[in-house]
Amino acid sequence: MLEDKDRIFKNLYNDLGADIDSAKSRGDWLNTKEICSKGRDWIIEEVKNSELRGRGGAGFPTGLKWSFAPKKVGAKPHYLVINADESEPGTCKDRDILRFEPHKLIEGCLIASYAVNAHKCYIYLRGEYYNEGLKLQKAIDEAYKANLIGKNSSGTGWKLDIYIHYGAGAYICGEETALLESIEGNKGQPRLKPPFPALVGLYGCPTIINNVETIAVVPTILRKGSKWFASLGKPKNTGTKIFCISGNVISPCNVEEEMGVKLKDLIEKHAGGVVGGWDNLQAVIPGGSSMPMLSKEISENITMDFDSLVENNSGLGTAGIIVINKDQDIIKCMARIARFYKHESCGQCTPCREGSGWMWRILERMAKGEASKDEVNMLSDVTKQIEGHTICAFGEGSAWPVQGLLRHFKKEIIERNNFDPLVKNNKNIPYLIDQHILEEDIKNVKS
Amino acid sequence: MSLKKVSKEQPDKFEFSEENLSLAKKIILNYPAEKKKSAVMALLYLAQKQNHNWIPLAAMKYIAKFLDISYINVYEVATFYSMYNLSPVGKYFIQICTTTPCMIRGAYKLVDVCKKNISEKENELSCKKNCSWTEVECLGACINAPMAQINQDYYEDLNVKQFEGIIKDILKDIKPKPGSYRGRVNSEPEKNRQTLIENKNA
Repeated sequence: MLEDKDRIFKNLYNDLGADIDSAKSRGDWLNTKEICSKGRDWIIEEVKNSELRGRGGAGFPTGLKWSFAPKKVGAKPHYLVINADESEPGTCKDRDILRFEPHKLIEGCLIASYAVNAHKCYIYLRGEYYNEGLKLQKAIDEAYKANLIGKNSSGTGWKLDIYIHYGAGAYICGEETALLESIEGNKGQPRLKPPFPALVGLYGCPTIINNVETIAVVPTILRKGSKWFASLGKPKNTGTKIFCISGNVISPCNVEEEMGVKLKDLIEKHAGGVVGGWDNLQAVIPGGSSMPMLSKEISENITMDFDSLVENNSGLGTAGIIVINKDQDIIKCMARIARFYKHESCGQCTPCREGSGWMWRILERMAKGEASKDEVNMLSDVTKQIEGHTICAFGEGSAWPVQGLLRHFKKEIIERNNFDPLVKNNKNIPYLIDQHILEEDIKNVKS
Repeated sequence: MSLKKVSKEQPDKFEFSEENLSLAKKIILNYPAEKKKSAVMALLYLAQKQNHNWIPLAAMKYIAKFLDISYINVYEVATFYSMYNLSPVGKYFIQICTTTPCMIRGAYKLVDVCKKNISEKENELSCKKNCSWTEVECLGACINAPMAQINQDYYEDLNVKQFEGIIKDILKDIKPKPGSYRGRVNSEPEKNRQTLIENKNA
């Protein structure tokens, strides 16, 4: 288990208070000027050496992303955008950072803005987090008042303004280009990439977009050194991460742990174990609802880091762990997730807009046992038609959980769904069957 | 995409109150001068707040003029995002998260409470007209499931009995206390906390 001294978010449970004085007593804003005075290249190099990977889901190396921003500011200003549109089912880590460690985020904003030459930083906060927004705004006001940000941020001579932009309940705005569209005052529909936002982003200007947790850990990394951060976790999967453990566990919680911690340890030690004991475990969704589920056998030994989860056909995503025990109907659970994606599809690409609805309707029928056996393969085909055929990764996000279900619970689906559309005299003819074929078939049987 | 119903009964006129007008002018300054359009989401929120938690078409036209953009621009934003209500909702607007993490901890039992005590269907006003409810997608408080949002506040770690109590209070026009209803502190594990113990005792 990670030692307390190596935890970055010391106030995760708000034992110590979130105001600026308490934050300073925990070491925030301690030597920000000194850190910035070491120069942009040093900051980016240090973040690169720490091997920090983005905490928002994709796991892209943060230092590398920052280095994509143009070195010199040209005709267009640079922007830093913080993605606080936390809407992935199973994930609620950013909420606690915004509530209880806002100064880590704001200090991170300053350092990141300095590193990528941005004078303006927008924090895109999901609209539902109204109270969290008020707390964050309070912290921003405190920082302005103490001259930590503003015209001469922390004495660095760097001008930085931070604004909160509230979203309004669209999951898709967590996708970086949809988020930019949303800030520009449009519908949140993702843009084609390339060009990548680092060159053509907000208002067509170079823009770096990072998750809340990614930015909030940067000041601590620079203070304690990239070697310290890289020594935690596993190679290429370094550092600490906040894991959210929800679902059928005894004590659902957020906890900061080392990357590469065993999933079983997280569930048993921190979350008090599965309701009904470990043997009652049915499946675990390891990284927010977009990531394919893991069976009990895999969950037994798997470690929670980007690479080992990819090896097991899943992903770390946002590290929102949803534990599902055997009291739950697994097909129903996935049908509900499919409904989520049907509801949240932005409607731009046809495969995703139509396919997410198809998957939901088929799964709903499968949960009731009203599907035919060949529809299992059809469902698998639908997921393949969506995956990789959309502008953004939402297509994969909606298709993967269904593929995960089919991978691990195909037997259960087939057992439950004995519906045969060609059974004679069946009056409840489902809408997917061509009526005249059915009638002909009945005729053939009779003659 | 979410279903958005534009109310049939619409007021003829809408104008920002003085307070909101100065707020709106302040919000526009957050964005570059030639990119006023960015403020459209924030202004829609202001309009919604001023107009009893829903946005009439007149307000969209007003905002379009205010920001110098076309009406359709505002309309498409207002219809795209699910948090803008385009028809009247109750003074207490209850949103129950029913996505899987909440569902497996009993969110649909809360839905049943609403059906029984408020209205059979979603988005219908209660008999006393001060309350309406709806099912929503993940509200981002999964470790505090099942939960509901009433106006701006989160009500967490609920069970059926407590939620019935909350609804009863609301129907009597009393605002219940937000937060966890199992008495837990924020997002810490309720039993056997293993981390940051020194801070807890500090």
